[in-house]
Amino acid sequence: MLKQVPATESLIGIAQDGISVKTDGIKWVINPYDEFAVEEALRIKEAHGGSVTIISVGPETTAEAIRTALAMGADKGILINDPASAAYDSLKTARILAAVLKEAPFDLIIAGQRAVDDDSFQVGPATAEFLDIPHISMVVKEEITDTKIRCHKTIDGGTAILETQLPALITTQRGLNEPRYASLPGIMKAKKKPIDIKNVADIELGSEHLGEPLTKIVSMKTPPDRKGGHMIQGDSAQAKAAELVRILHEEEKVL
Amino acid sequence: MSKGVLAIAEQVEGVFRKVTYEALSEGRRIADHLGSELTVLVLGADVENISKELKPYGPDKIVVADSPELNEFLTDAYTNVIYDFIQKETPDVIILGASTQGKDVSARLSARLNAPLAMDCVAIRFEENSLFATRYMYGGKILADVELNGTPKILAIRPNALDITKADGPGILQNFDVDTGATALQFIDKRLDTDKKEITEADTVVSGGRGMGSPDFTVIEALAELLGGAVGASRSAVDEGWRPSSDQVGQTGKVVSPNLYIACGISGAIQHFAGMSSSNVVVAINKDPEAPIFAKADYGIEGDLFEIVPLITDEIRKLKS
Repeated sequence: MLKQVPATESLIGIAQDGISVKTDGIKWVINPYDEFAVEEALRIKEAHGGSVTIISVGPETTAEAIRTALAMGADKGILINDPASAAYDSLKTARILAAVLKEAPFDLIIAGQRAVDDDSFQVGPATAEFLDIPHISMVVKEEITDTKIRCHKTIDGGTAILETQLPALITTQRGLNEPRYASLPGIMKAKKKPIDIKNVADIELGSEHLGEPLTKIVSMKTPPDRKGGHMIQGDSAQAKAAELVRILHEEEKVL
Repeated sequence: MSKGVLAIAEQVEGVFRKVTYEALSEGRRIADHLGSELTVLVLGADVENISKELKPYGPDKIVVADSPELNEFLTDAYTNVIYDFIQKETPDVIILGASTQGKDVSARLSARLNAPLAMDCVAIRFEENSLFATRYMYGGKILADVELNGTPKILAIRPNALDITKADGPGILQNFDVDTGATALQFIDKRLDTDKKEITEADTVVSGGRGMGSPDFTVIEALAELLGGAVGASRSAVDEGWRPSSDQVGQTGKVVSPNLYIACGISGAIQHFAGMSSSNVVVAINKDPEAPIFAKADYGIEGDLFEIVPLITDEIRKLKS
């Protein structure tokens, strides 16, 4: 599963409508956590065989991100196209993905733990829920044996090892792998690989789910800037350190 | 809206996470606003004894789901039990910590209940009957207000963002019969870094970047330890292999909101700001007077961190003695 997001070095500004971000001048990339997902899928294919399908919900330009994943080595892509997908909440995205995945045979779904734009951490687990399969999040290492997958995953304050039956969904954590770059022959081959572009209106979701998203952004602002630049002065390192500690203790009261 | 607020506690090895108290305190405030009851659900094995520790935060009911099957956290078993409880109690609002566990459980519940979820929110408010949650997006570059429509409304709160307040409440202890239902996840093993403080919950975070020059983080570890805080790292320090990725602060790492954040030898990439911008007070120490981090810090010291940081540690030690 893949989402196209603004590159993390992008400056993000708020658009005129006040509830979305400016998109002009943004460099769009594969969500970094989804890049780990693509890489892991390719490694599993290299070790165990099978094929790798990339699935995404987004506007038509998302096809570029899918094409990049195909150039890395994936076999085919599915894009559920909706120019208005930016207004979806995560539940709606997951519902659409699950509806399409129900029709597509799979053994394992790999998703990013979160997209670095909405930071919602929801789409992976919610998709698994709609598909009625188990999920293991924040995976740093996986081993597949026969019909099972065993994962090392990040937990707060440590790591855990969990196992489950396939089919399952896992989400990626930094440290899982180092994604490869697309090679030139890979890029050439990717041009001929199929991307199935579906219209979101053609997806069967059940009429009760076609309405408004359950969570809706009503306003956006940029976090308040810090005063900034109060440089601690002093004749020596010792004096500066003492002055900082004095301020933190007496004025800020954080010590 | 008066069927009640459900807070879900989180404990690790019989110790409640700090975010549990934050969820409980915020849950109390919401319940008071709605004029409804606050129930807290505690899941685990042999957790009945510790459950009374939650009473001073004002729950009307403390419900204990105690079972050996809940000894280790498994998303499916926990989700099934919480879902059963929700079916029985039909709360209007569910509040829990957006920890690794809380994120998994809340995302599953949201899908199973077709309920709105505000993930990792830092503020909650009502306007008439509408509930709004404030959450960071784009790794902290944007603060968005999100309206939640539907019931129950699920609030997964960011650790360290909301105040802990004691309150009076009957705190009546009850038990809930656990049925973990159909589960597919199997626990094999875990390793906890017990001597290591989780950076998302620490009051003070001292982070090191490229300026550390090596995996030797002794100077900042000493400062963090003295302050009872945690050690973080920039992406460069993690990419160099000096620190584990679990320490990384930033847009592709963890987001922290401590009371005091001290950045040592971190020049300040935009992705790093994203991870620490909700900190209360930010201090930067860097050799380079042009380092962008200074513009994003409340206080800056230009100088060699290996000289300055131990001096700061000494000064604080003097202050504390």
